[in-house]
Amino acid sequence: MEIAQIATIASKEFWDRIRNRWVLAVALVFTAFALTIAYFGAAQQGSIGLRSIDVTIASLVSLVIYLIPLIALILGFDAIVGERERGSLDLLLSMPITRLELILGKFFGLAAALTFSTVAGFGLVAIMLSTQIDFNGLIHYFGFMLSSVLLGCAFLSLAVMLSVFASDRARASGLAIAMWFFFVLVFDLLLLGALVVTGGQWGGEIFPYLLLANPADVFRILNIFTLADVRTMYGLVTVFPPMLADPWLLGMVMVAWIVAPLGIATWRFRQ
Amino acid sequence: MADISPMQTETEPALIVARGVHKHYGPIRAVDGVDLDIRPGELFGLIGHNGAGKSTMFKMMLGLTPPTSGDIRIDGASVSGGDFRAVRRSVGYLPENVVLYDNLTGLETLYFFSRLKGVSATENNRLLERVGLGHAARRRVREYSKGMRQRLGFAQALLGKPRFLFLDEPTTGLDPEAIRSFYAILRQLRSEGVTMVITSHILAEIQERVDRLAIMTAGKIQACGTVQALREQMALPLRIDIRVDAEHLDAVRTMLGQLPVSAIEAHADRIAMQCRREAKMAVIEALAQDGRVRDLTVREPSLEDVFFGFSD
Repeated sequence: MEIAQIATIASKEFWDRIRNRWVLAVALVFTAFALTIAYFGAAQQGSIGLRSIDVTIASLVSLVIYLIPLIALILGFDAIVGERERGSLDLLLSMPITRLELILGKFFGLAAALTFSTVAGFGLVAIMLSTQIDFNGLIHYFGFMLSSVLLGCAFLSLAVMLSVFASDRARASGLAIAMWFFFVLVFDLLLLGALVVTGGQWGGEIFPYLLLANPADVFRILNIFTLADVRTMYGLVTVFPPMLADPWLLGMVMVAWIVAPLGIATWRFRQ
Repeated sequence: MADISPMQTETEPALIVARGVHKHYGPIRAVDGVDLDIRPGELFGLIGHNGAGKSTMFKMMLGLTPPTSGDIRIDGASVSGGDFRAVRRSVGYLPENVVLYDNLTGLETLYFFSRLKGVSATENNRLLERVGLGHAARRRVREYSKGMRQRLGFAQALLGKPRFLFLDEPTTGLDPEAIRSFYAILRQLRSEGVTMVITSHILAEIQERVDRLAIMTAGKIQACGTVQALREQMALPLRIDIRVDAEHLDAVRTMLGQLPVSAIEAHADRIAMQCRREAKMAVIEALAQDGRVRDLTVREPSLEDVFFGFSD
């Protein structure tokens, strides 16, 4: 594997997204949402201004869990199928580059663009809030940004996998939307449904483990468990085995969610 | 302009070798048992109808798709084997209807591909000048015409001074002037010893320019050799035109009845006929000695005639 080849592809993908202002647009969306939630999140209760940073993060989590997977899937769904459909893939593959290098280059370039927008967008808000929150709060906020980046990378990896399997862009975009629906909307409902139907008899014990089968849920657990305020609020401690709440373990699961789809994509691409 | 051809003798080992190559897509035999030997410094043409298997053969030669069976080697190395990187650094490829990135400029396009090829980008400006795109180096590909894109694709194929060039329908979209300068570059490359494989559906364009060619139909090589050898193999008649004064027209026609010619057609002041290759010298001699014949033209069958002869 040659790093130079991966870097060439990655830098092209990254600068493409900088030049067409994709990075700027997404960063602004994140800034706007984060600011709105931080300052106006409590408007329902009749007050505006920053509340507890933990509560703000909890609100941001429920927003990001919808938004980032969607953005990542849109960003990556045509990574390979787009080149194939335009007709530029053959020329790329005639270069001294392996298919693994091409996939990794695409992934890292797009991941850099997504990471840059996420960090810039939410980071700007962190700077604005820095005078009003303590060091501990900042650490939590930083953890939230990091996990958002991981969440984005996991869905980006899934998107790149789709882009290898799909025969054309239209199908790839359909699959991307279906994937978003499944992981973000349907998955939890299915689990809950199974729990309720079986009256809690079935799945009660494996339920927490099943949550790991969805990167969006891993993201949620990762954030909620690091926040003392929120943990007590939801009473989650009683449901969730402490072993699974280890942020390092959850981080590793997230990394697995990034590596595995890329591995499958490479295997398929070589066929 | 005399061609300087470093093309080696037939004993020189071939640099691009295909043996028993098949490519099947389900029941479709896109390539059906192809053997090819392309020699060092040769400009080799691959012609055939659409769907004859040329592009599939190209893709296999470039290692883009593996053969169902058989083996293809470039300079002794398998195109899909472990040493493919070294092979590909020495290969330039211009795909049919090349698609480049609209958002990059010409210069950026070359920079991107030169980095992938691992060659220095210092020559890129000169390369753009060479294909006639010096003036558009900093314009986005989005603004390029079809011919300009094709020329940029050609410049891309020339990155890093490749030893092998694969050009799939390279003159599509080029105007006659650009086609001329394109072939001038090919002549120069051939004099530098670059081995080239080219496909084209404009047979008149390549018939005088390739060293040898192969005719492909339905996934098979029907014939392979120099254009002249294929003409002889096909045994197509030559065409002879003579000019005579109108008052001698009938007398000359009668005289032609004695000669081994066929398909005689008389027009105002000329007569067209066909003749077999082996009778050519005798017929020319008889016509030259006849005082009533004022001028004489012999035309070889065109590559198109040969092509249809083999592919029908």
